[in-house]
Amino acid sequence: MFYSLGKYILLLRLSFRRPEKFSVYWAEVMREMVSIGIGSLGIIAIISLFIGAATTIQVAFQLSSPLVPLSIAGKIARDSTILEFSPTISALVLAGRVGSSIASQIGTMRVTEQIDALEIMGVNAPGYLISPKIIASMTMVPLLVITSITLGITGGYIACVVSGDITPADYLAGVRDGFDGLTIQVALVKAIVFGFLISSICAYQGFYTSGGALEVGQSSTKGVVYSCVMILFADLVITRIML
Amino acid sequence: MIEVKNIHKTFGENDVLNGISAAFKKGKNNLIIGGSGSGKTTLLKCIVGLHEPTKGNVFFDNQNFTDMSFEQRVPIRTHIGMLFQNSALFDSMTVEENIMFPLNLFTKRTHAEKLERANFCLERVNLAGKNALYPAELSGGMKKRVGIARAISMQPKYLFVDEPNSGLDPKTSILIDDLINDLTEEYQMTTVIVTHDMNSVMGIGDHIIFLHNGEKWWEGSNKEIAKTDNKELNEFVFASKFMQAAKAKL
Repeated sequence: MFYSLGKYILLLRLSFRRPEKFSVYWAEVMREMVSIGIGSLGIIAIISLFIGAATTIQVAFQLSSPLVPLSIAGKIARDSTILEFSPTISALVLAGRVGSSIASQIGTMRVTEQIDALEIMGVNAPGYLISPKIIASMTMVPLLVITSITLGITGGYIACVVSGDITPADYLAGVRDGFDGLTIQVALVKAIVFGFLISSICAYQGFYTSGGALEVGQSSTKGVVYSCVMILFADLVITRIML
Repeated sequence: MIEVKNIHKTFGENDVLNGISAAFKKGKNNLIIGGSGSGKTTLLKCIVGLHEPTKGNVFFDNQNFTDMSFEQRVPIRTHIGMLFQNSALFDSMTVEENIMFPLNLFTKRTHAEKLERANFCLERVNLAGKNALYPAELSGGMKKRVGIARAISMQPKYLFVDEPNSGLDPKTSILIDDLINDLTEEYQMTTVIVTHDMNSVMGIGDHIIFLHNGEKWWEGSNKEIAKTDNKELNEFVFASKFMQAAKAKL
């Protein structure tokens, strides 16, 4: 375990060496941003809308007491969405979508000698392949989480309109009530950390792939599993520290 | 010229290379031949720095490459071109982008100049006009030729070729061999080719090193190979009845 941790840290150090040419790396960062950000928008939108709607209906069901104002459901749904559902569920989904793609892409490049070709040319392969992915991931995951929060709360509103469990006015009153900006800060810190974990862990797994197609698949699976575990662990640590 | 001195390479307890010394000459096709598992590719990877030798040194024009750091190696690496067994073209890039990739990273040429160089390299390997194709759209022989075009794009002093004929039909194999031979003469490169293709050995083997069990077993030219009495080399080169018949005619 310590051997792997050491290798992971050394790989990260190599990844952030001075680039051979900034313009080439910048183009890679932009390409990765489009791939990670725009490419994941659809799945994040669908998940956020449904989770927001389901959360609102469930909270309304659990608080169906004449002693509790129904607007509380909006407040709880908002905070749950901002603090937990949007950052964590989005990160877990992104680990599957983006992480597996990173691990299999780099893993395939390794087994087909494309990484060797880069090294022969004098290119710092970890820097060229990994740093743009980490930078793009740490930039785009927070933006996706903000989108997810917006759509999650919108999903809750749609659920109110469709189901009638709470009136939309009550829901909106709850969403506006006692909003604390710290929750958004927590969500963004989580998103940045999760973005880093997904891209770096999956890139590490891909970079040290050896063998063939079978091993590429195994690296991809390992990358997703390890990054999911680390996301949940980091979620706990950040929540404990910041709240 | 490239020199390797007393190269040893060990993987775990497995000694793959045992004290190999050789000199690869400029403007010549230097072939490393040997059976499967003899250490050919490992030697090539030690020379280009993909593997670090356990012991011994590699010299590029008298500069000790083995002792250099990653940064110190970069200027030498920009003079190295390599064609991989599976071509190792970047899947996400077109043919043109593959060839322009080293030019983008290591030169300050304008886009027009880089494009001109890419087109020249493509013409040189008879693939003019194939700029926009992706590697997945190319045949095996075309991939090899694009690999060669990428390898010569920086006008290298040293060209390394790993199994250039693997997976190719005999006609395309000869085409690739001729192309490597012509380019070696034209650019006066030090070309090192790992192969076990006998057509290549007899056709373009200016200087041949035969490896057996991780050791240098024989050294000479394609003209000398037929006359050798080295048992292992004879068993390797003249394994087929066709080659035995050819030797008998010599």
